[in-house]
Amino acid sequence: MHSSVITFPGSNCDRDMDVALKKFGFKNKMVWHDDVELPKSDLVVLPGGFSYGDYLRCGSMASKSKIMKSVLNFAQGGGKVMGVCNGFQILVESGLLPGVLLRNKYLEFICKNVFVKVNNQDNSYFKDNKKEVYEFHIAHNEGNYFCSNDQIKDINDNNQIAMFYSDENGNVNEQSNPNGSLQNIAGIFNKQKNVLGMMPHPERMIDPALSGEDGSLFFENLINNLR
Amino acid sequence: MKVSVIITLKKDVLDPQGKVIHQTLDGMGFDNINEVRQGKYFEIDTKETDKKKAEKNVEDMCKKLLANLVIEDYKIIGSE
Repeated sequence: MHSSVITFPGSNCDRDMDVALKKFGFKNKMVWHDDVELPKSDLVVLPGGFSYGDYLRCGSMASKSKIMKSVLNFAQGGGKVMGVCNGFQILVESGLLPGVLLRNKYLEFICKNVFVKVNNQDNSYFKDNKKEVYEFHIAHNEGNYFCSNDQIKDINDNNQIAMFYSDENGNVNEQSNPNGSLQNIAGIFNKQKNVLGMMPHPERMIDPALSGEDGSLFFENLINNLR
Repeated sequence: MKVSVIITLKKDVLDPQGKVIHQTLDGMGFDNINEVRQGKYFEIDTKETDKKKAEKNVEDMCKKLLANLVIEDYKIIGSE
């Protein structure tokens, strides 16, 4: 399985993602934002960070960079594209995913472990996943998912919510919502479910000595599903 | 020609920064405020000399990059 991680100026989780993908069997290539063509890929990942210093709006500049034309084509042809944190922000700004990520409700940068409940297993990312509730790490200032009434209706009608912020037992409620996200949304798909954007960082949970293993479960399952 | 445009959050979008600014102003003694909404201002110096064309061009920029129409509105407030 071949993967590509795009590095934008200001990306800072690109190497963590590279380590994670390789650990679970992907042959990963790092791709610079100014490149035009994507290498042969089964999965393209837009990593976390602060692309272009979060100028204008988070992800807005990166969504117009050269490589994104190829990423858009790849995604529109059914290719798997995953955006984590700033990568999620880039995906919504590019129009591949609906909505927008606003500043966190209480204006704080949030850096902590949270629980997320997987909502939809009918896709390559979560099919046959071993757990319903994962413990992942979040670190963001703009993770407050928002969209119009028409968009949220569409999202629910098409079962596009990938995961909700929840408590340890999978209860989705206001107490388990760290940033004010609409309906506790932590991650969403496009209609075809080949594009996934999520605020939590699975690549930070791949080593029991450092953090935890829920990210390992996610990546192991992902590569098995793509094979 | 310079075209000026302001971008504001749509009415029904929560503006936590505006809220905090409101509270701070309140604490400073400006206690007659109903609401504060924060926005962005751009001044775009374009080579275009025709006012209509310049404004049309900036409108296009707003739609494609400067504003996110899910949450923001734009308004061209002048060109000279």
